[in-house]
Amino acid sequence: MNDEDVGRGEQEVGGEQEERRVDQEVDETRAEGKDASPPTDTPPPASHISPPTSDVDGQVRRLSRRGFFVAGVSAIAAYGGWRWLTNASRMGDVPWPLRRTLETNEKLSEAYFRERRLSPTFPASMITNARINGGIGLNANYDMSAWQLNIDGNTLNLADIQAFPKREMITEFRCIEGWSYIAKWSGARLADVMAKFPPPPDTRYVAMETPGRAYYVGLDMQSAMHPQTLLAYELNEQPLTWQHGAPLRLTIPVKYGIKNIKRVGTIRYTNVRPADFWAERGYDWYAGH
Amino acid sequence: MKRLERKHPLAIRWFHWINFPILAVMVWSGLLIYWANAVYRVGVGKHTLFKMTIPEHLYEKWHIAFRLGWGLSFHFFFMWLFAINGILYVLYTIFSGEWRYLLPDRRSFIEAIQVTLYDLRLRKEPPPQRKYNAAQRIAYTAIIVMGLGSLVTGLAIYKPVQFAWLTYLFGGYQMARFFHFWLTIGYVVFFVVHIGQVVRTGWNNFRAMIIGYEVHEVPNE
Repeated sequence: MNDEDVGRGEQEVGGEQEERRVDQEVDETRAEGKDASPPTDTPPPASHISPPTSDVDGQVRRLSRRGFFVAGVSAIAAYGGWRWLTNASRMGDVPWPLRRTLETNEKLSEAYFRERRLSPTFPASMITNARINGGIGLNANYDMSAWQLNIDGNTLNLADIQAFPKREMITEFRCIEGWSYIAKWSGARLADVMAKFPPPPDTRYVAMETPGRAYYVGLDMQSAMHPQTLLAYELNEQPLTWQHGAPLRLTIPVKYGIKNIKRVGTIRYTNVRPADFWAERGYDWYAGH
Repeated sequence: MKRLERKHPLAIRWFHWINFPILAVMVWSGLLIYWANAVYRVGVGKHTLFKMTIPEHLYEKWHIAFRLGWGLSFHFFFMWLFAINGILYVLYTIFSGEWRYLLPDRRSFIEAIQVTLYDLRLRKEPPPQRKYNAAQRIAYTAIIVMGLGSLVTGLAIYKPVQFAWLTYLFGGYQMARFFHFWLTIGYVVFFVVHIGQVVRTGWNNFRAMIIGYEVHEVPNE
């Protein structure tokens, strides 16, 4: 910096040079002044000081002209960027750059995901009120006796599911809205059921739908195979009520509540990313914990 | 007589001004998220002083209501920018030595009380003012710690199974959300005080955050 030949009296318009010039004056002052001690480990002085004789007003004017010009251009650019982002074409009801970011976050999450990492479990004393939320695909006068689960073309009834080893867990159900409750779930591991009706190797997704497909979710395979992913038929040791998705629902604590589909009617394997009710309405498709 | 003093390095000015809109978007999108479960309050025991919420018609009027999906999408985009800018800022202050003006030291806590009393006009003599006074050092360091707090509590809410240990450290999922929320209120309080102090201190000081230099009066020799 000191090698540069920067005239003190010149009217430099270039901003970077202006700053250098001011700094050089500052450095010279320090060299001339009392602060001529050799470099040590001590912290540098709090500020560089220019000689009081220089044309301070002129320097400030030039620095300001540049500084505020850059600030103004940056502010306009930021505003333009914001307009561009919020007006970008929609993918799944959000601007596409945001959707792409959700998908990138998903890849990172999937890479970090381990099946052995479990959702924390709690003692029964910590069970809280199981809040009812979301009734899409549910109705009170549904004929439970007519219910069947179709898994990859095979038809099962509730007794078939209950024939699998019964798993119980007290976990936290976390809604994407921010509330949560702790409940005891009992049911068959989805992984156990899928082992009996195995998907082709390297199948990437599992799709689930309510009877009539009013509600539908898509799951990545590793979340579906997680040991805490249950096809549950009991909540807090009672058979599911219709509001909680009788007769059989998914409980998947590695996902937000939106993926915990109630009254599962169909389970399909697919390599095409399955449609997801809330992902079509602006939410993250992965929605995983 | 006047002289020019170099105050804020270019990098710090950029970090500061980039952070401002990013944090604003994080707070705004956080509000869209909070709307869905606006449960917090100020109170003691069962006595609630006020609820941390706004009237329903204002949620509608300000387009906050029913935009949870948007809020999350913006939050999970701008979180990267917030984190990257914050980490670069911290690295810069470390490697440039700027941390020396920013970190509080042993005297800072006593001096900060003096600054506060002086600002409230309860004390006459001005406290020692170096590049940053003691209250500024504490505030500007605290805001960085808060930023880190927002990142880790955010991660604890975002991935409470993969980072279950972290969520546990904050006392569980709901407690992590609680801290995440109140840290945001902390930013809003910081912002209000910060703006107030900047206005009080005047144009020369504000301009230094744009152009880097401050004009100082020196006694004539």
